Amino acid sequence: MKILVCISHVPDTTSKINFTDGDTKFDTNGVQFVINPNDEFGLTRAMWFKEKQGANVTVVNVGGPETEPTLRKALAIGADAAIRVNTEAKDGFQVAKELANVVNDGGYDLVIAGRESIDYNGGMVPGMLAGLIKANFVTNCINLEVEGTNATAMREIDGGKETVSTSLPLVIAGQKGLVEESDLRIPNMRGIMMARQKPLSVVEPTNASAETNSVKFEKPAPKGAVTLVDPDNIDELVNLLHNEAKVI
Amino acid sequence: MSVLVYTESEQGKFKKVALEVASYAKAVADQLGTTVTAITINAGDTSELGNYGVDKVLQVTNGDLDKFNANSYASVIEQAAKQEGANVVVLSSSADSKYVAPLVAVGLEAGYASNVVEAPSSTAPFTVKRTAFTNKAFNMTSIDTAHKVIGVSKNAFGLVASSGNASSEDFSPSIPASGVTVQSIDKATDKVTIADAEIVVSGGRGLKGPENWGMVEELAEVLGAATACSKPVSDLGWRPHSEHVGQTGKPVASNLYIAIGISGAIQHLAGINASKVKVVINTDPEAPFFKAADYGVVGDAFEVVPALIEKLKAFKAQNA
Repeated sequence: MKILVCISHVPDTTSKINFTDGDTKFDTNGVQFVINPNDEFGLTRAMWFKEKQGANVTVVNVGGPETEPTLRKALAIGADAAIRVNTEAKDGFQVAKELANVVNDGGYDLVIAGRESIDYNGGMVPGMLAGLIKANFVTNCINLEVEGTNATAMREIDGGKETVSTSLPLVIAGQKGLVEESDLRIPNMRGIMMARQKPLSVVEPTNASAETNSVKFEKPAPKGAVTLVDPDNIDELVNLLHNEAKVI
Repeated sequence: MSVLVYTESEQGKFKKVALEVASYAKAVADQLGTTVTAITINAGDTSELGNYGVDKVLQVTNGDLDKFNANSYASVIEQAAKQEGANVVVLSSSADSKYVAPLVAVGLEAGYASNVVEAPSSTAPFTVKRTAFTNKAFNMTSIDTAHKVIGVSKNAFGLVASSGNASSEDFSPSIPASGVTVQSIDKATDKVTIADAEIVVSGGRGLKGPENWGMVEELAEVLGAATACSKPVSDLGWRPHSEHVGQTGKPVASNLYIAIGISGAIQHLAGINASKVKVVINTDPEAPFFKAADYGVVGDAFEVVPALIEKLKAFKAQNA
């Protein structure tokens, strides 16, 4: 089985979010970049398929050279090869079109992406990719088993979960549950050394067009101070929630 | 030329998000000087949609669509958009709608903006405001294609009543074969879900152990709320993953969010920030959550929560 894991290069979850160039660009100054958490659950599940079922795992990112350390980290965790599509990611549709080209070229059976990236939160690349390559698609995926060309997946739905049967070729959008937090791997020295020798190929983009355009960023308005209520006067809290906030 | 909105229903009844996206579609239609058409799948009585600005309903009734299926539903919405000549398609942010929207966008070759919180700020170029960086920022996004797909954030635009009548007609699209088959659904029907809840009551590590969740559940019951938890609590296995809210868990956009014994790590706050009113109960006055909350109680949850339950019961009895 050939697996492609899509890796988004995103600011660390604790990053302070600021903008530059008249609020049109994300300020990367002092920001640590990591593998998108939802993608990391998928990558770790892919490692399981590699170790238990002999799958071959390639990781891919659409982005500039600055994303290569993130791809190297995925190689250090255990992926066999990496691909970087050498273009700036402008919107979900453009990224999906570039990825579709990579999938068609490489003949992958299973594509694992994250439910959404924690920076743009579009939640659209995996679905668009599945639509473009006409593969089966399961989103919010919290469990995945593959036997031959048959797959069983579990999807989180509002208020529960559902189990589906499907088949390869398949695209899944994963999240926590695909593996547990405690299953995530920190690259060890041997992995880091080996990652230096693994192939990271840079492919030129198809120059797919973006369909949307980021015009400007805004930060939420600063919040007013908290109203503190004395723990011995909980009546006051009920009163505030009813009469002032009007939420009960 | 009308604006098409997918109005979801469950067991024949419209979800609240369906009425919210109908309200949003009406606002877009007013800006474009056109009408709103809703597409419904096995919805039953559709007259309620008229109260939220829908002019016409395309009603699909098909036993093959009883269980949600992303490919089939996306195809139905796409065929409806084509029949109506709709350039704008509006969907909600429910799990199912977020599943369908990217497929619809590919089918219509449409630009898609998700997590949209306001009516378009302009229609030429077509520009919407969406959340980004997990609620830590907003992004103004223009959709530059002829067809546009908009995913509206939950509880952001709200319900806007409108007087009107929605005419209804049967719609019989072709249903493509799907490669994904639902085997089983495991869904608690007696509990309020985090996605649908107006109020969410959430517990953190400050509650010391899973055995102390009785009062969280009781508070939720009094308020008709859903229960949730912080990431450490789900990682420790005190509560199921499905209750984990935050950046890597479920997003919360309720009217009221009550955090008990949660310090308020940046990742947690990002996931619950879209809630309108936040209350924090914590022994530590330095907990970062106090900076994000509207109301706070510095105190021991084991005293404050039982007191709150008692006062709320009295309040309910009085206002019943």
